[in-house]
Amino acid sequence: MYDAKQLAVMIKMMAEQLAAQRLREPLVVGIHTGGAWLAERLRSCLGIRAALGSLDISFYRDDFSRAGLNPEVKASNLPLAVDNRDLILVDDVLHTGRTIRAALNEIFSYGRPERVCLAVLIERPGRELPIQADVVGKALPLAEHQQAKFSNTDGNLALDIMDTKTGNRAAVGGRL
Amino acid sequence: MKPLDQLQFDANGKLKHFLTLSGLPKETLLGILDTAESFVSFGKREIKKIPLLRGKTIVNLFFEPSTRTRTTFEIAGKRLSADVINLNAARISTSKGETILDTVRTLQAMHTDLFVVRDSASGAAHLIAAHLPAHVRVINAGDGRHAHPTQAMLDMFTIRRSKGGFEGLTVAIIGDLLHSRVARSQIHALSALGVGEIRVVGPRTLIPTEIEAMGVTATGDLRAGLRGADVVIVLRLQRERMDGQLVPSEQEYFNRYGLTEEKLQHAKPDAMVMHPGPINRGLEISSAVADGERSVILQQVTNGIAVRMSIMATIMGGVEPRP
Repeated sequence: MYDAKQLAVMIKMMAEQLAAQRLREPLVVGIHTGGAWLAERLRSCLGIRAALGSLDISFYRDDFSRAGLNPEVKASNLPLAVDNRDLILVDDVLHTGRTIRAALNEIFSYGRPERVCLAVLIERPGRELPIQADVVGKALPLAEHQQAKFSNTDGNLALDIMDTKTGNRAAVGGRL
Repeated sequence: MKPLDQLQFDANGKLKHFLTLSGLPKETLLGILDTAESFVSFGKREIKKIPLLRGKTIVNLFFEPSTRTRTTFEIAGKRLSADVINLNAARISTSKGETILDTVRTLQAMHTDLFVVRDSASGAAHLIAAHLPAHVRVINAGDGRHAHPTQAMLDMFTIRRSKGGFEGLTVAIIGDLLHSRVARSQIHALSALGVGEIRVVGPRTLIPTEIEAMGVTATGDLRAGLRGADVVIVLRLQRERMDGQLVPSEQEYFNRYGLTEEKLQHAKPDAMVMHPGPINRGLEISSAVADGERSVILQQVTNGIAVRMSIMATIMGGVEPRP
C-alpha cells in the first residue's frame, strides 16, 4: 500500500518528468475518476492556470454491446478548445490500454490536438493494445489476479494492491 | 403475451424495451435523466457523434404522422452513430393490406436492431415487442390513447432542469385528458418521481372518469386548478381525434380553458409553461403565453434529443448476441 505521503512524492516526480516534456500551455485532462484526482495534483504541481479537463469515457468503451452502459456516467468537460493544443492525458492505472484508446477517440471528437502526452500513476503488465505512457509514477509487476486500487478519502489519496481472488490486500515486490 | 409491464424487462430485471412508464421505479427514471444530462453537451461539440450504437440499425416506424418526435428520434439515433431509416408506414405497406406484424417481420429480416414505433392503436408497440427475437429492441413513440413514454421523460427532464427537482411541486395538466397518451405517461412519471400534487383541469367531457384512480385531483375550474402551480402543462386539443360533440365551440373552449397571461396570473410567479406540441394557437394556449418568457416549449424539443439518446443507450447496451 502507498499512502498519501508516498503518493505525493511519486506525483512530484511525475510533474518533474512532465515539465521536461516541454509542452506549450498544456491542458491537463484526467480520466474519470482516479485520473481526475491525479490530474488535479499534477496541474497544481506544474503551476498550470488553465482549468482542468475531465473525461468520462463510458460512451466510447468497446464493451458497450456486451456490458451495457455504466449507470453513473458523467459528462465530459474540456474547458478549452483542443485544436492545436498540447494535452496531458492522465489516468491512475495503465493496464489493457483500452481506456486510453477510448479517451483518445473522445478527445478527437472535440478537435485535433497538437500532441497528447500520457501520464499514469501505475503501469502494470497486461496490455492488449499498442499503447504506452510517456510518464509513469511507478511500474508494478502485478499478476493477473492482482488489481491496483486508487482511492480518495476526503482528499487523502491512497493506493492499494488487491487480490481479486481473495478480496484481500496483496503484497507486491518492488518498493517505492 | 406477457403482461404489459413485464414485457419490457429481461430475465435479470434490466430494461430491454421502452413501452410504458407504468411500473418503472423512480431509480430507473432518474438514471435515464442523469444519463441524458451527460448527453446535453454533445450538441456543442465539434463532432456531435459518439460511437455507442455504431453498426446498429434503427427503423423509425411511424403509422401516424409526426414531425418533432420522429425528427428528434432520428437525430438521437444518428448522434449515437446508428443507421436510421424513417418509414412513413401509413403511406406504404398498410395501404397495400399488409398487417403491422408482417411489416415489422419484413423489416426485421433486414437485420433491424431497434424499432421506434408510433401507431394509432393502443398496445401496438407491445404487440410488436412480443413478436420479435430477443435481441431486438422496441421503443414506444406513442400508441393510441395509451402512452407516450419518451415525451413524458423529456418533460420530466425539462422540469428537473428548471425546478431542480420534483419534491413538493404542484403540477397542473390542462385540457384534453381523454385523448392524451402524453398526459397518462406524465402522470405515471410525476407520481413515481414524487411531486407534491398533480391536478388535471378540463371540461368534464375531456376528463376520463377513471383518471382520479391514478392519484390526481380533477377540476373543471381552470383558475382553481392553476392556483399556486409550479408547472403548467397545456395539452393539445386533439381535433383530429374528436369524433363526437365533446367541445361546444373552439371559441368557448378558449374562453374557458385556453391559457392566457391573465389566467396564468393564478399560478406561481415563477411557474413554467409546457406543451408537448404541436400547439393550436388561440385554442388551448394564447400566442403571448406560448412565446412568453415562462414558456419552455422549445426547450422541450431540444431536450428530446438528449433524453431519447439516453433511452436508446439504456436499452441497447448489454444485448444478448444475435442467434
